Order: sequence, then C-alpha cells, then structure tokens
Amino acid sequence: MTANFDVRYTAQLARLHLSEEEIAKFQTQLSQVLAYVEKLEQVDVSGVEPTAHANAVFNVFREDATRDWFTAADALSNAPRTANQLFIVPKVIE
Amino acid sequence: MELTALSVAEVQQKLRTREVSPTEVLRSLEARIMQVDPAIRGYLSRDFEAALQLAEKADVSLPLGGVPIAIKDVINVTGEPCTAGSKILQGYRSNYDATVISKLRAAGAIPFGRCNLDEFAMGSSTENSAFGHTRNPWDQSRVPGGSSGGSAAVVAADEAFAALGSDTGGSIRQPAALCGCVGLKPTYGRVSRFGLIAFASSLDQIGPFTKNVRDSALLLNVISGRDPQDSTSLNEPVSDYTAGLGRDLKGVRLGMPREYFIEGVDPQVDAAVRAAIKHYESLGAEIVEVSLPNTEHAVGVYYIIATAEASANLARFDGVRYGHRAADATGLLDHYGRTREEGFGPEVKRRIILGTYVLSSGYYDAYYLRAQKVRTLIRDDFTRAFEKCDAIIGPTSPEVAFKAGDRSDDPLKMYLADIFTIATNLAGICGLSLPCGFAEVEGKKLPVGLQLLAKPFAEAQLLQIAHAYEQSTDWHKARPAL
Repeated sequence: MTANFDVRYTAQLARLHLSEEEIAKFQTQLSQVLAYVEKLEQVDVSGVEPTAHANAVFNVFREDATRDWFTAADALSNAPRTANQLFIVPKVIE
Repeated sequence: MELTALSVAEVQQKLRTREVSPTEVLRSLEARIMQVDPAIRGYLSRDFEAALQLAEKADVSLPLGGVPIAIKDVINVTGEPCTAGSKILQGYRSNYDATVISKLRAAGAIPFGRCNLDEFAMGSSTENSAFGHTRNPWDQSRVPGGSSGGSAAVVAADEAFAALGSDTGGSIRQPAALCGCVGLKPTYGRVSRFGLIAFASSLDQIGPFTKNVRDSALLLNVISGRDPQDSTSLNEPVSDYTAGLGRDLKGVRLGMPREYFIEGVDPQVDAAVRAAIKHYESLGAEIVEVSLPNTEHAVGVYYIIATAEASANLARFDGVRYGHRAADATGLLDHYGRTREEGFGPEVKRRIILGTYVLSSGYYDAYYLRAQKVRTLIRDDFTRAFEKCDAIIGPTSPEVAFKAGDRSDDPLKMYLADIFTIATNLAGICGLSLPCGFAEVEGKKLPVGLQLLAKPFAEAQLLQIAHAYEQSTDWHKARPAL
C-alpha cells in the first residue's frame, strides 16, 4: 500500500500547498512511518468491533433552546478580513 | 523558604491565614519568572497587569483562592492569546473561557501565563513550537519533553505553582517525567475539553502539572465533572480526590506489564523504576505480573487515529474566521493552500498529510478501520490486566530528557519514544507520572518518571497509590539549580 502513497496528491486533498522540497522530504519520512504502521496487517482482527471512542456515550441530548453566546462582533473579532459585520471570503463562483 | 518554592496547598494555606496576600504571591512569582524564564523559556506570554487586577479581588477562602495557575497555550482564556504554538494563530485573542478556566476561576484561582508547547500539541520535545524552544530546567541543553513542555518546565523551575496541560498520547506524563514533576492524565470524559483547541478528539484530555500528588488531587477536584458544552464529558460523580490520600497500601495490587520492561529502556530508568517497585513492596503493596500483549501495536494505531482526527480538526484553519490568511490569493484553492502552507509548521503538515491519506478513499478500511479494531484489542488488554491488579506500574518514558536537536528530523524515532504512554489514551484510562529518581548523564542529574495507570474513573485510588510512594521518598523535593 505504501507504494501508492503520493504526498503531492494527498496534499491537494488536504488543501495544503507544499514546496517541492517538502514533498520530497515528506514522501521519504512518511513512507517510513507507513511501513511501520503496516505491521498492523499482521494482527488478527476478525470479529473485532472498532473503537471510535474509549468511553462511548450515545445520543447526548440537550434542550433545543437559545442562550446567550457570541455576539456578531465577538464572532468577527479574530477574522482576518471583515466588512459590514460579515466575513470576507475569496470568490467561490466564477 | 522562597514563596515560589511552595506547593499549591502550602501557598493557599498562607493566603487563607492572610500571612501573605494574593498580590504578594503574584509579585514574587513574576520576579521568579523574570529571573529564570529568560533561560528556561517556558512562557510564551503573560499579562501581569490583568492577573494583578484579579489578585486584588481574589477570594482566599475558596479552594484555590488567590493561587496563580499557568495555562498551556492551547486552552482558551478570555482576552489572552491562544497560539497553540502555531504561526497560524499568531495574533488570535480568545473571547471566551474554556470550561476548565471557568472552573478554576470559580475556585478562586488566577489563570496567569501561557506555556509553550509543540505546535498543536504535536510532538514530544516542545521543539515543534513556532515560537522557540523551551529548555529542561535540569540541563538546559536538553528538551523538557512535550507536547506540554512549557507547563512542565515552569512547574519544575518554581516559576509556577501548578499548570494545566493536555495529553493526547503522553503530552502531560512524558514532560512531567523528563522535568521531575507530577503530571496527571484523567480518564477520557473526566474533564471537559470545551475550549481546548482540538488535536485528536477521541484521545485529548486536560490535566494538571504539580509539584506533588496532593496538589494534583486539589486541581482535579476543581476541573473535573460533566459539562453540557462537551458531550463526551461523562456524568460520573466527582469525589474529593484528596480524601483517600494517606491511606496505606494494604491489599493494593500493582501490575508489572512484562511488555514495559524490555530492551531499549535506558538502564538507569529501568533501575530507578525497579527500585520504586521494591519500595512499593516494602510499603505493603503486592506486585503481580500482567501482560499487555498488544503494546507493540499501540504506536502504529495511535499515529493512524491521532493523525486522522487531526487532519479533520485542523481543516477549520481556513484563513476566514480566525488566524493567518495568505495575501493576494488568486482563487479559493490558492487561498486555502497557501494560508495553510504559510501557517503550519513541518510536523503539523506531516500529520495532516498522513491523516488525510489514511482516511482517503480506498485506504480507509486498510488503515483507519483496522486501527480502530486494534484499538479495541488494546483496550481489552487493559480490562484484562485490571482484573488482576488495581494499578499498572512502569516507566513513563523509556529514556530521560534527550538533547535538543537530537531527533527533530526523525519523526519515527520521536514517535517511538511515546511507547509507554500512548496506549493509555487509546484505552481511555487514567494515568499519572511522578518522580522516582535520577539518572546521571554527562555529570548532570536528570529526573526519571514512574508511571501509574488505573481503570476509568479510578483517579482517587491512582492518586492514593502515588501519594503513598511520594510521601515515603524525597524525590519530589529535589529542585534544579537555577
């Protein structure tokens, strides 16, 4: 499986630009990590249920009621670009 | 004795009896920080004036009344920076308190100072911080451990009475071991994660760094409990964790996992831990052998699950709502790609790539699903071991503090150093590291950490067992020469 590992393609999926130098370096380093984790293939997991959370809880409900929380000004206070009490985002639709 | 050398319990006693005032305590702490932190660099920032205002009106009758507590820079405190050690959050200011901070405030404590960490809590040496390295107070050429290296170093250097950190795979216990203080990772769900910047949501837990076990219990008393803001926090009763301290160890069984006493553990670490186990026997504990056969798979499982969760959690850093934003983007993909390229450091990038890959179409079952199944086997190992013993005992880290720069470019070697702490988070149990001796390396004394692990929500017994050892030894009283 490690043979198919492609840092350049995966970085696109992650919306993460990388330099050519980083791509080459991560390809080597992470291939080593993947070769190591592939030891898990030897473990017999037939009939074993996966664990997503150590102490699983299900269906945690709360009352569907409004409460005081961030104001618009609070929510915008760390935004790099705002206008008219709105976040400015790059153009999405051409 | 210097005020700053006191424990939380000791300084709170002096505050309560009005022998000292909260402002005097804060001023002496600030003076100590000015004296030692230029060398240690445990703090990224602190707001002395804001803390002074809180000190002036502190209610010393409360459990932590008037006591300043340092906070890992990944936990939100209103009005303060929260960088997560990352350039992507440079300039960010929190406008809310994490639940642990609200709880500290309600108990009278004063959040004071932001501690350095590996970027987004990813690392074992604090060398992955975008804002400089923290040094080990025992030997400044060595790392303090990580990711909560700043929190551990400031407590060990008496420039904090206590600190909060977070532990995803050992990030509280390993730096506590390497710096010679007490670090507690509570059971998953014991402490609210609301307001903690998420790394791996199914593994993260906040916990205290303290100078002794009693202080650890005092802080756990305050920060524990169900929080409606964190649906994974559990509705288990919060006991008074100090109540059982001082009880003897008659009938207590400690399990030695044969997989934790192996080749590759530093001989001086091994010797100190074995001596501690002998000491426990002399205190009346019964030592039994247990087995955690899936230990060898823990690091592999962890680096699949933790990176997968991290890749999803870190998707929120998009340059829109907070944090760094790349200038002059030519379009949406360029905006995301460059914002994240410029904002994240190398280790975070590596883990995002790894996590994205193991979740990607065609590989999910082979990596992520399989890792979750092996995680079940690791949990089952602990369940079986705890049928034979009350707590598991062993080394926290296979080694003492290593030299800065030694392995910062060898991720796999760095990951393998977490072998004894990682399984705890995968199983969701609680664990603690406390000082159990020193190794002599190149003429320097370096602390060794003893790790105790217990069943989910067995923190009271875990602390009781740790306390019995601590109170019959002197290791926790040793201080680095600064």
